[in-house]
Amino acid sequence: MKLIYEKSVPGRRGVQLPDCSVPPHKARIPSSLRREKSAVLPEVSELDVVRHYTNLSRKNFSIDTNFYPLGSCTMKYNPKVCESVAKNEGFSRLHPLLPQLRNGGILTQGALKVLYNSERFFAEITGMAEMTLQPMAGAHGELTGVMLIAAYHKSKGNNKKRILIPDSAHGTNPASATIAGYSVTTIPSNKDGVMDFEAFKKELTDDVAGVMLTAPNTLGLFNSHVTEICKLVHEIDGLVYYDGANLNALVGRVRPGDLGFDVVHLNLHKTFATPHGGGGPGAGAVGVIDKLRKFLPVSRIEKRDDGTYALNYNAEDSIGYISAFYGNFGIILRAYAYLLMIGADGLREVSDHAVLSANYIRVKLKEFYDLPYDRICMHECVFSASRQMKNGIHALDIAKGLIDLGFHPPTIYFPLIVKEAMMIEPTETESKAELDAFIEAMKKIAQEASDNPEELHNAPISTPVGRLDEVAAVREMNLSAN
Amino acid sequence: MSRASYVPFVESERQELLKEIGVNSIDELFSDVPREFQVKSLNIPKGKSEIEVERRIKALSRQNRTDLICFLGGGFYDHYTPAAIDAILSRGEFLTAYTPYQPEVAQGTLQAAFEFQSGICRLTEMEVANASLYDGGTAIYEAAMMAARVTRRNKILVDCGVNPIYRKMLESYTSNLDMQFECVSTNGGTVNREKFLKKLDNSVAGIVIQNPNFFGCIDDLTDIIDAAHNVGALAVMSVYPISLGILKTPGAMGADIVVGEGQSLGLPLSFGGPYVGFMATRKKYVRKMPGRIVGITRDDQNRKGFVLTLQAREQHIRREKATSNICSNENLCALASAIYLSLMGKEGLKEVAELCADNASYAYYKLLEIPNVSRAFKSTFFNEFCIKLPCDAKDIIGELIDKGFAAGFPVGRYYEGMENVALISVTEMRTKEEIDNLAAALESVIRDW
Repeated sequence: MKLIYEKSVPGRRGVQLPDCSVPPHKARIPSSLRREKSAVLPEVSELDVVRHYTNLSRKNFSIDTNFYPLGSCTMKYNPKVCESVAKNEGFSRLHPLLPQLRNGGILTQGALKVLYNSERFFAEITGMAEMTLQPMAGAHGELTGVMLIAAYHKSKGNNKKRILIPDSAHGTNPASATIAGYSVTTIPSNKDGVMDFEAFKKELTDDVAGVMLTAPNTLGLFNSHVTEICKLVHEIDGLVYYDGANLNALVGRVRPGDLGFDVVHLNLHKTFATPHGGGGPGAGAVGVIDKLRKFLPVSRIEKRDDGTYALNYNAEDSIGYISAFYGNFGIILRAYAYLLMIGADGLREVSDHAVLSANYIRVKLKEFYDLPYDRICMHECVFSASRQMKNGIHALDIAKGLIDLGFHPPTIYFPLIVKEAMMIEPTETESKAELDAFIEAMKKIAQEASDNPEELHNAPISTPVGRLDEVAAVREMNLSAN
Repeated sequence: MSRASYVPFVESERQELLKEIGVNSIDELFSDVPREFQVKSLNIPKGKSEIEVERRIKALSRQNRTDLICFLGGGFYDHYTPAAIDAILSRGEFLTAYTPYQPEVAQGTLQAAFEFQSGICRLTEMEVANASLYDGGTAIYEAAMMAARVTRRNKILVDCGVNPIYRKMLESYTSNLDMQFECVSTNGGTVNREKFLKKLDNSVAGIVIQNPNFFGCIDDLTDIIDAAHNVGALAVMSVYPISLGILKTPGAMGADIVVGEGQSLGLPLSFGGPYVGFMATRKKYVRKMPGRIVGITRDDQNRKGFVLTLQAREQHIRREKATSNICSNENLCALASAIYLSLMGKEGLKEVAELCADNASYAYYKLLEIPNVSRAFKSTFFNEFCIKLPCDAKDIIGELIDKGFAAGFPVGRYYEGMENVALISVTEMRTKEEIDNLAAALESVIRDW
């Protein structure tokens, strides 16, 4: 499809603006401060724009149209009521600086109450003492969490330099720890697919500031040593970080705080059903245990004795500002609506069925694909395409084959510790019929991989474009319209 | 079973799945988790119906004063959002899609992101842009880190005219890193050349400047950017995208990294987010740039297509060696901005900017007619300006709330010694009548003080 820029017709207009209601004063800004030429933006009608982007949207897979068994991404259904309430003008038109005017907190009580209540909900769900909702994505939450760990050690005069991270972790974990100023030590996984306990103990020396764990891990496995790990880390005055990417397996049933974790981040765009938006906006709430409370970023929302809400900017030990205001408020509001909808009992059903569905897929497909860690899994299971490799079929080919059958591929080549990994997370919102259809599709591809591997190499054929030359993209660096 | 958990299973299906798995109960699937750590219940209210939730949230929204006539800006503005934006964003194919790692089923998201990158490049007159960052504040931090990576130096000079909230963010993010920041105070509301030149030497990785700056003042910063280049430092410039409808561009001034808050391009104020940060730079620095980038390529049948490219910079490939830890960005907000730029188009964006500037100009001179109100700076401004009041701006703005106005921002909140200064922002949304009413209200408040 042509770019919107290529549809431009000089003189065509998309939006009519009001006439200037004041006496114009164009000479006020001198020409030396003005741009020489107008920005070459599209000249198109409103219908041109609407049709262009509507047609573009039709080239996408999405939850509303397709099943996404995408491991560690928790692509569950995003309830529509959460969208509609977020569009309420009483929220969407609210200026973030309003609370800073004199007695301004009074002007935004509804919004502050949403934030306060959401914090209480998430604290209860995670077993943490206190939350901040400011991080704007999961990785941003990780960075905030590691900054909190650093602030704790600084306050105690601890000279700690390292963060331990298992090799199955998401790439954001080591990246976040590094940009927060730590060096990263990677701990290998053992034959059961969880962090090697002995290797971990060997690396756990006094200079370790903390450990970042994902539970269940990216193989969908729960490390039964987890409480012991927390204890050992605490013995050297280290802190344990819970990456909440996989909380969907535990939500409503297990609280990271009860297991011994000190810092937790949540991905509201995963577990709490806010839409992924094709890659954001997300939200990454962070929770901490009591002794880390004072380090949380400013501002803090407080409930006064008279029942009103206020913002507190005076936190002496705080790590400071990690967001300009209160985080991605519109996303938090959607998650709040979701929590009101499903309640505590609904949360428990989420993890129950996320785990039930993943295990169903695991047992139904293990006859057809290698399952490197063959045991009860949590919300996701990881297969390997190593059997299909004998016919020259890789995880990538299976992924592309699934597209032609109407399914978004699983996460592939991750975790890195499984060769030709295919990580499948069905979530709780897909019906048995949908799971069965996916299982049939996977079987069909397994069959094709042995009977007719060439066909799979050509997949997908049903999409607007086939496999794209990514090497050429890097070489040519064609990154904007000419 | 509660219908509201969006779980579609009925009891017979559940039993069937358990049987296939070979367990008797869902509890058995959780046997790896020590029983003593499994909670019985949570202190969270019981699930509600859609009707009840809508009612509750509507009631909360009424406790927010969005009825106040908005002259409040400070980097976040009450601009018009054309109706077509929301109509397109509501399409589930955009809203509920995943990150476009599988390009064959994400050409819509990818092409739209490419068009966003193109729009940012054209607006700023820069060569390449990324597909978005979280917001304007984190974009400045990422740009400062990028300048340090490019130059292998660690000192950043930050102009005090840069949004003070963003400067606080910069400070927080780098407090544990081997980075050095120096704030350079402004002179008459704009960059203090003398001080900057004195501090610029070959230890400086980059300078961070903003146009229009927090006070609303605009300037041609070419000379200070040249001076930075003379010592081998990069110039990071934060901009207000609507202003680029008419103002001299950062590209024309020679900036190396351009960042900004994209909220003004079609996003609601929404109490601070979600917004969208953008970043543009020169082609030679693209491999040092953080964030996702979309590029054009071809498939095996030579059909044009879009892919995420230069991924070797990113955390999912490079882990601890990545240029940034960013993963999710603000894709849907970037899409809103791409649609906004298309709807406004070449003439529309210019007109919005002119309307803002004209309205602000009228408001400025109108307010200066009020006894005891004076100009705070002599510098030219775009759509936001500072005025000096006879007493604490915080109190006067407080009084004006009772008269129905969010009249501006008390600058003393962030700048010591400027307690009497109010920052007033005027967009295309304001009418002559509203401006006249603000002037009358301010005059009466001052008269009765």
